[in-house]
Amino acid sequence: MNASSLPRWIDIGLLPVLNLIAALTVAGVIIAIIGENPFVAMGVMIKGAFVYDGALGYTLFYTTNFIFTGLAVAVAFHAMLFNIGGEGQAMIGGLGVGLVVLFLDSVLPPLLVVILAVPAAAAFGAVWGVIPGWLQARRGSHIVITTIMFNFIASSIMVWLLAGMLMAPGQMSPETRSFADGINLPLVYEVLQMAGFSVSRSPLNLSFVIALLACFGVWYLIWRTKLGYIIRATGHSERATIYAGHDPAKIIMLVMAISGALAGMMSLNEILGVQQRVILNFTSGYGFTGIAVALMGRNHPIGIVLASLLFGALYQGGAELDFEFQTITREMVLMIQGLIILFSGALAYLFMPAVVRIYSSLRKPTGSG
Amino acid sequence: MADKTISKARGDDSSPLAISLDNINKTFGSVRANKDVCLSVVQGTIHGIVGENGAGKSTLVSILYGFYSADSGTVAISGEPVRLRSAADAIAAGIGMVHQHFMLVPNFTVLENIILGHEVGSDLKAGARQAEASLKGITERYGLSVDLQAVVQDLPVGLQQRVEILKALYRGARILILDEPTGVLTPQETEQLFDILGTLKAQGVTILLITHKLKEIMAVTDFVSVMRSGEMVDHLQTAQTNPQQLAQMMVGRPVLLDVGYQAAQAGQAMLNAEHLTVTETSGVTSLSDVSFSVHQGEILGIAGVSGNGQSELLEVLAGIRKITSGTVQIGDRKITAEQPASPSEVKGLGLAHVPEDRHAMGLILPFTAAESAVLGYEYADMMGGRSPILSPAVMAAHCKTLMSSYDVRPAEPSLKSNLFSGGNQQKIVLARELSSQPDILLVGQPTRGVDIGAIEFIHKQLFAMRDKGCAVILVSVELDEIMSLSDRVMVMNEGKSMGIVRKADTDIQEIGLMMAGVTAASPRQQKAR
Repeated sequence: MNASSLPRWIDIGLLPVLNLIAALTVAGVIIAIIGENPFVAMGVMIKGAFVYDGALGYTLFYTTNFIFTGLAVAVAFHAMLFNIGGEGQAMIGGLGVGLVVLFLDSVLPPLLVVILAVPAAAAFGAVWGVIPGWLQARRGSHIVITTIMFNFIASSIMVWLLAGMLMAPGQMSPETRSFADGINLPLVYEVLQMAGFSVSRSPLNLSFVIALLACFGVWYLIWRTKLGYIIRATGHSERATIYAGHDPAKIIMLVMAISGALAGMMSLNEILGVQQRVILNFTSGYGFTGIAVALMGRNHPIGIVLASLLFGALYQGGAELDFEFQTITREMVLMIQGLIILFSGALAYLFMPAVVRIYSSLRKPTGSG
Repeated sequence: MADKTISKARGDDSSPLAISLDNINKTFGSVRANKDVCLSVVQGTIHGIVGENGAGKSTLVSILYGFYSADSGTVAISGEPVRLRSAADAIAAGIGMVHQHFMLVPNFTVLENIILGHEVGSDLKAGARQAEASLKGITERYGLSVDLQAVVQDLPVGLQQRVEILKALYRGARILILDEPTGVLTPQETEQLFDILGTLKAQGVTILLITHKLKEIMAVTDFVSVMRSGEMVDHLQTAQTNPQQLAQMMVGRPVLLDVGYQAAQAGQAMLNAEHLTVTETSGVTSLSDVSFSVHQGEILGIAGVSGNGQSELLEVLAGIRKITSGTVQIGDRKITAEQPASPSEVKGLGLAHVPEDRHAMGLILPFTAAESAVLGYEYADMMGGRSPILSPAVMAAHCKTLMSSYDVRPAEPSLKSNLFSGGNQQKIVLARELSSQPDILLVGQPTRGVDIGAIEFIHKQLFAMRDKGCAVILVSVELDEIMSLSDRVMVMNEGKSMGIVRKADTDIQEIGLMMAGVTAASPRQQKAR
């Protein structure tokens, strides 16, 4: 018996919850060992993520990053490609945003520049995804290796440019000049305040809406279009895809372009949403965490939104934890995240045999009747 | 205590039982794979188990070999009740198993394969010497000669199977289970296997033969047990039954073992292949100078031992593999190395292809039946032509139509493809390809792993296509199938055509010789070209 013989709600609902509980239990034990009350810490984290003033906005802001990078991993995964390069693709996407804005913000009206910057993020990310795709499809270089390498290349390019020709004149830090006024995505709290709601300040911006649209887009692409059908077919059986008259090499490149574009759009949230200039390391690991998000979300957009929300809450609530407790440091919060990634990613099916056993023993009385 | 039917069949109760299964039950989810199965196998006999795919044979054998544990029931080996929780338990109880797909390390020598898992001590060489000595006794006793130093991947399939048998005997097996052992063998290798089984039996080894080929049951077994949908239908003495009766028991209704060939009037040539040659990147020539043509309203059978270029031929014609030299002409289109045709272009020329390997090519197993039923036809008119949208409702409706006209069971488009039986999977592929109304139909191994009831249906469909004027190219390793369906037969050996003969002018002996590489250059072959 395997996962496919379990009802879907167990596979995509119960198992991730069990994994989460296991991760939090282990984290709780460690927090208890260092002498804090794990339940109090948990309470602080939840309040820090959802309850305090502006907390929700911050949580959703981080969630946006995870949605983009998680979707990027998931799309590639449907073609059985492990895109580990979300980090690099996001960096290059940010570079795309930066280049478009820096070149055009003095000549075009801000709104037009923003409208052009959005596809630029996607296009630059796509290029950074499609090169490893091409190497895999036409030269047989393994996508995992090449995408990892492309993260390093992207990182070096960013340093080279930001400490070089893109560095703001008269500046000492590796970043571009600030974008012209008005070149940013609308902040949600500002929009809501304008509409008369009283909302506290947070960096949550239009990217969140774009991310949700991307979720719908990915779902529609994968499950409702012929291209999505062919992508999934390629993922399951290349031979069958060739037999059906499609070229898996083309599909691989196309999928990597889509995946890279999604990862690249993560930069919208950071660069066009809050920073309004290109800085080094704005991706700060979101690309890698996207792998865990996709795993936990079972490569389905809805699962990815939920997993992103979890990681967003951890990010934001974790910062609060760091703030409240002397003993719980930033590293401790990273460890909790690590445990969640470990249990929901690497050990995703840890509890499956037990669940299968319990499930089939519960079903037996009706099954054999 | 022993099952009454088999005692009756055996005529007496005195012979000791090698295997005795009593009321075995095994349930997977909601499927009862084995229902109160009883089986008594007399020591030193060859006992066959027949049944269609999904009848529960494999489950039963897996229980006997310790892969699964039964939900209830008892197993006794040589009269001793045993609990088989792993293959190691089974081996300890003296049970050996030869799997359908060999469990050998291809780049190890025969000797290394045999001692794998039974290395004596940490010094491999000393252990190997010891093993060699004891293997010598075994090979002499059972007449199983094989070069112990040969590398397994260099051996023909028949010898690889012999290595599997040796492996089991070396581990002290007194009961040998063979799961579909002849599926990969040539007719000659099959005969050799049966000779070996005879010798083993004479030496007191008990053999349990799992097969779906009734001819083999009749040829070698002493007793036969028939399974159907998880239950034992009957236990019989082979000498007192016949294939027709067995088939009826397996299916549960009378079946036609031979659909009945009627000669047809062939029309104009639909596909001409001239001097087709395919050289692999490894430098191996898999297809060499093959020429033939196939006409409207005829079935051209391609006979040959598996791996003699038939698969490559099908893939070349379907556009999956590139031609190295030579031409394929379909209508006005001349396909050459310089002007290759993709699978979709070939499809556009009116060709449909039922591939040999339906698991890797014909279907996508994790896809639903509805999704598998449009594989390769995503852009067909019924799916909205060039529209980028694939509507689940349209797919399901299309699949439902195919399922009802090809009697696919269960007729449930949302079921995953891998949950259908082999016969029903093949019907889905066949339905998809035939519904495109092709002018040329390529069919590879149409009934491999397909149950008897479905074979009858599939053969009828192929005749129906031929009678509608389709040009059919049929590749099969089952010579009987080639002989009962084809109008003309091309025999292949080592990538070459050994000639084309009219079915009416030939017999199985001649074809067998040609399969072995003898060109019977009789004048009538030339006529048949």
